[in-house]
Amino acid sequence: MVAYFSEIYYGLISLLEGMVITFKEFFKPTVTVSYPYETLPMCDRFRGHVELIENEEGQPNCVVCGLCERACPSGCISLAGEKAEGEKKKVLTKYVLDFTRCSLCGSCVEACNFNALTFSKEYNLASRRKEDFIFDLLGRLEERNR
Amino acid sequence: MRLTLFNVVVAVIIAIAFAAVNAAYLVWAERRGAARIQRRPGPNINGPFGLLQPPLDGIKLMAKQLTIPGGADKILFIAAPVLAMFPAIMSFVTIPFSENIVAKNMNVGVLMIFAFAALGSTSLLFAGWSSRNKYAMMASIRAVSQTVAYEIPMLITTITVVMIAGSMDLMEIVHQQSGSILSWNIFPLFGRSHNILMPMSFLIFFTCTLAETNRAPFDLGEAESELVAGFHTEYGSMGFGLFFMGEYANIVIGSCMTTILFLGGWGCPFGLFPGVWWFIIKLYLLIATFIWIRWTFPRTTIYGLLNLSWKILIPLSLFNLLFTAGLLKVF
Repeated sequence: MVAYFSEIYYGLISLLEGMVITFKEFFKPTVTVSYPYETLPMCDRFRGHVELIENEEGQPNCVVCGLCERACPSGCISLAGEKAEGEKKKVLTKYVLDFTRCSLCGSCVEACNFNALTFSKEYNLASRRKEDFIFDLLGRLEERNR
Repeated sequence: MRLTLFNVVVAVIIAIAFAAVNAAYLVWAERRGAARIQRRPGPNINGPFGLLQPPLDGIKLMAKQLTIPGGADKILFIAAPVLAMFPAIMSFVTIPFSENIVAKNMNVGVLMIFAFAALGSTSLLFAGWSSRNKYAMMASIRAVSQTVAYEIPMLITTITVVMIAGSMDLMEIVHQQSGSILSWNIFPLFGRSHNILMPMSFLIFFTCTLAETNRAPFDLGEAESELVAGFHTEYGSMGFGLFFMGEYANIVIGSCMTTILFLGGWGCPFGLFPGVWWFIIKLYLLIATFIWIRWTFPRTTIYGLLNLSWKILIPLSLFNLLFTAGLLKVF
C-alpha cells in the first residue's frame, strides 16, 4: 500500500521536474543558425573539394609533378603543364577535378610536396547538372585573383 | 434571447470560425513552442513571426488531391474526418464564455459535452476500420481502448464537481465558484465542499483530458514510430486537415471544460472585473500547458497508459467521489 502511494508521489515529482527543465529551456536563446540568411565559418579541418594554392604573384604553387594524379584512388584529377622556352620549371595549364567521383579522401593533398593543394571550405554545391561538378581549378584560381 | 434562425446561423458560424482559427493558430503556437523548448526559432519565414504559416498550410492541404485507397469503405472513409470535427464544433454551442457569451445554455450542458466527446472516438474507429490498413486498424483499436479507459475517471471526477455544484448547468457551476480563487473548485477552502483532495481531482481531470484528446504523452493512436501515422495513415489533403483541426478543437473544448469545472470559468482570481477575458486567459494558459507537456514527456506504452487509468486514476477518483459525498453530507 505504501509502495503504491509512494510510486504515485515520486512519479508525479519526477514529471514536474521534467516540466521545470523544459520551462527553463523555453526562455533560453536559440542556438541554431537560420541557414540561408546566416552561415557559420567552416571549421579548420573541414574537407571540401581540393583547391590550388597560389604564391605571392598569384600563380599556382604547382610544378606539374603529377603526384596528386597518381595518388588519387578514383582518378578524379587530370592535369597538364608545359615548359616554356628558356624556363626551368613547368607551368600548369590545366587542372580539372571530377568531383562526381571524388570521395574527399585527401590522398592528393597528402601526396603534394610543394604546398600546392588544400581543401576548400566550399559546401554549397547542389546542382541538377553533372557538368557542374567538373571543376576547373585553374579557372577558379584566376577568378579568385580577378 | 429568442431562438431565431438568424441567431442559430450566426452562432454556428461563430463556433466554426472560432474552432477553425484556434485550430490553425494552435498549430502555429505548438510549432513555435516546441521550437523554443528545443532552442530553435521555429516557423519564422512566412509573415511576421511566421504568422502566415497556418493559412498557407491550409491552402496547400486544400489544393491536394483526396485519394481513397482501393478496397476502402468509401462512405465511412469520407464520414470519419467530418465526424472528427463535428462533435467539437457542436460542443462549442453550450460552452459559456461569460455571463452573456453563450450560444445556447442548457441545464444538461455537462452531459451534452461528454456525449459529444464520446462521439469523437467513433471517428477514430471509422477511420481505422475503413482505411483497410493494418496500422490504421491497430491504431484505432488502441485509441478506442484508451478513450474508454480514460472516460471513466473523467466522468467520475465530473460527477464530483456536479455533486458540489448541485447542477449540470455549466453557467450554474461557474456561478457556484464566483468570488475569489478560494472558492474555485480547485482550491476548495471556502467553496461548498471544503474537500482538500480537489487539487488531485483537477490533476486527474487534466490527465484524462490529455488522454481523451489523444495528445502526447498519450498519443498511442498515432504513435508514428510503431504505426506509421496511426488512424490517419491513409488520409491526405483536407481529410488529414480535418483530423488535425478536430484534434486542436478538442483540446480547446477540454481546456474550456477544465476552466469551467475547476478554475471558476470567467471569474477573476481576486474577485475583480469578472468577464470573458479571464476565461480566455485561463483557457490559453491551459492550452500552453498542453503544448508544454507534449514537448516534455516521451510517449508512454499502451500498458503503462491502461495501468495508469485502471490502477491509479479510477481508484483515486472513486475515492474522491465517496469522500466528497461524505463531506457534503457533513457540512
